[in-house]
Amino acid sequence: MVKNKENSEDLEFWATNSEEGGWKIDSTDEGSQKMSEEESEQQLKIQTGSDVVDDYFIDEETSEDERMIVNMGPQHPSTHGVLRLQVELEGEAVRRVKPIIGYLHTGMEKTGEELTYLQGPTNTTRMDYLSPFFNELVFSLTTEKLLDIEVPARAQTIRILMTELNRISSHLVALATGGMDIGALSMMIFGFRERELLLNFFEKTTGLRMNHNYIRPGGVAADLPDDWQKDIKEILKIIPEKLKDYDEMLLDNPIWKGRLQNVGILTTQECLAYGITGPSLRASGYGWDLRKMQPYSGIEKYDFEVPVLQESDVFARWRIKVLEILESLKIVEQAMNNMPKGPYKIQDKKVTPPPRKRLDESMEALIHHFKIYTEGFKVPEGEAYVAVESPRGELGCYIVSDGSSKPYRMHVRGPSFCNLQALPVVMADSPIADAVAAIASLDPVIGDVDR
Amino acid sequence: MYSPDNIFTTTIDKAVRWSRTQSMWPVTFGLACCAIEMMAAGSAKYDLARYGMEVFRASPRQADLMIVAGRVSQKMAPVLRQVYDQMAEPKWVIAMGACSSTGGMFNNYALVQGVDHIVPVDVYVPGCPPGPQSLMHGILTLHDKIMAGEINR
Ligand code: SF4
Repeated sequence: MVKNKENSEDLEFWATNSEEGGWKIDSTDEGSQKMSEEESEQQLKIQTGSDVVDDYFIDEETSEDERMIVNMGPQHPSTHGVLRLQVELEGEAVRRVKPIIGYLHTGMEKTGEELTYLQGPTNTTRMDYLSPFFNELVFSLTTEKLLDIEVPARAQTIRILMTELNRISSHLVALATGGMDIGALSMMIFGFRERELLLNFFEKTTGLRMNHNYIRPGGVAADLPDDWQKDIKEILKIIPEKLKDYDEMLLDNPIWKGRLQNVGILTTQECLAYGITGPSLRASGYGWDLRKMQPYSGIEKYDFEVPVLQESDVFARWRIKVLEILESLKIVEQAMNNMPKGPYKIQDKKVTPPPRKRLDESMEALIHHFKIYTEGFKVPEGEAYVAVESPRGELGCYIVSDGSSKPYRMHVRGPSFCNLQALPVVMADSPIADAVAAIASLDPVIGDVDR
Repeated sequence: MYSPDNIFTTTIDKAVRWSRTQSMWPVTFGLACCAIEMMAAGSAKYDLARYGMEVFRASPRQADLMIVAGRVSQKMAPVLRQVYDQMAEPKWVIAMGACSSTGGMFNNYALVQGVDHIVPVDVYVPGCPPGPQSLMHGILTLHDKIMAGEINR
């Protein structure tokens, strides 16, 4: 997109509360970053986070009685999981927010080193549990990049179909829980109701409603069920109708507008400074979408728009999710109409387990089957990073392979983790009543934050 | 003049046990993936309201049942125990999902290997995640258990 190029030149990049001035987007290549020259004890403490530099100046005029620190969470309904926030209040106004994470730390990256590449998606799918297909996809793409293989066209199209349906279901939950947090309880009921439609299709295809382990290195685990077009057609018919219902209910609703408009502003500069991607970035007027910028699984062949809004507030972040659902429906429709025939797994004996009926006929197939499921396939030495556009932003996976059948190191760049950094910016200096709306608009999934 | 037309007799035990099962309010304790299925169970299609359970209480003081939905990390364990301690008697616990029952697929440094290490569990619901139907089956099992048990536990 040409528009972005102009944008990135125009923008004077600066980071709120950041030590680095004159920060440029193209100078943030990971490798070129230096450790600080002076490595004193104090410096290291600040870098590791055990010592925090307090840049907050207490306003002498406010009396002590006005100021208090309130703990939100970790068990709290509106923080979307087990997030803990320390909120410093001055009367009604939020002055400082300190998110405390780690209450759902599951050690998944460590577990990932214990599992073979074929088992890997079982683990990654449980990270961001609202968009499991994306987690599987990004792990599989990274493994495939290391293996240097290309999956068949049908597998690619199935992947696109499933991930885009997943984007819809994930955004529906975001709309539902966001509505509930603000008090629109019907939205909660509606969102989950429509999500069932998609989950039914997922269950039919993969056998599970969530955490599917369906997209695996080398293709997908199973072919689409019989008559799958019928289900997709139903989804394509019902979801837009329901979205209209939501709009009727909320779009011109004065309470909804009053609660959301001009609340929780997050500008493009702030987004870029904190590494925020996904709907929040696009709602601030910067059309960055990895599906266009770094296409994966052949998504560049599909015709769709990237919605961009300028308002940067909670309302825009809500609205953009609705618009993105509509765009995803377009992709789903195209994927349905152009589904290629052929295998849904790569025909490579070393990577794909043989089909069940071959085991009775061929000794060789039996050996391959045994090898793949006990030892796993070996992946050449090297490292790779692949990113996809998950419903919450850039979801990346970085794998270092030492040539064995298990990753030496697996790291996932979770979009929720980065997006959560923006909470202090979004919430600071706003009334406490807006805090919940601001959290909901960032749509953090704590499983993705803590992993 | 008032004359009672209908009478029914029962034992106080039975009446108490029955009333306990009919409106069990769960405390919101969503932790991970399973919590989403718990929310799905509460919403339109599965409708937990049929069992008088649609009000998920944010305050443990008002709740009778804790559905531990998801993986419990070492950091979360003391919080979970505190919430449990704050609940008023009588109280019950359902461990929903493989993770809260046994640690599930994550046998590592970070997770409590089964929530029964910290709180007494009445019903384990298997699955990863258990579907809303499984959760409901777990809840009905708990009802049976209450109906069959003592009133002073
Ligand atoms: S049992 Fe499965 S679905 Fe439930 S929290 Fe654990 S990993 Fe998630």
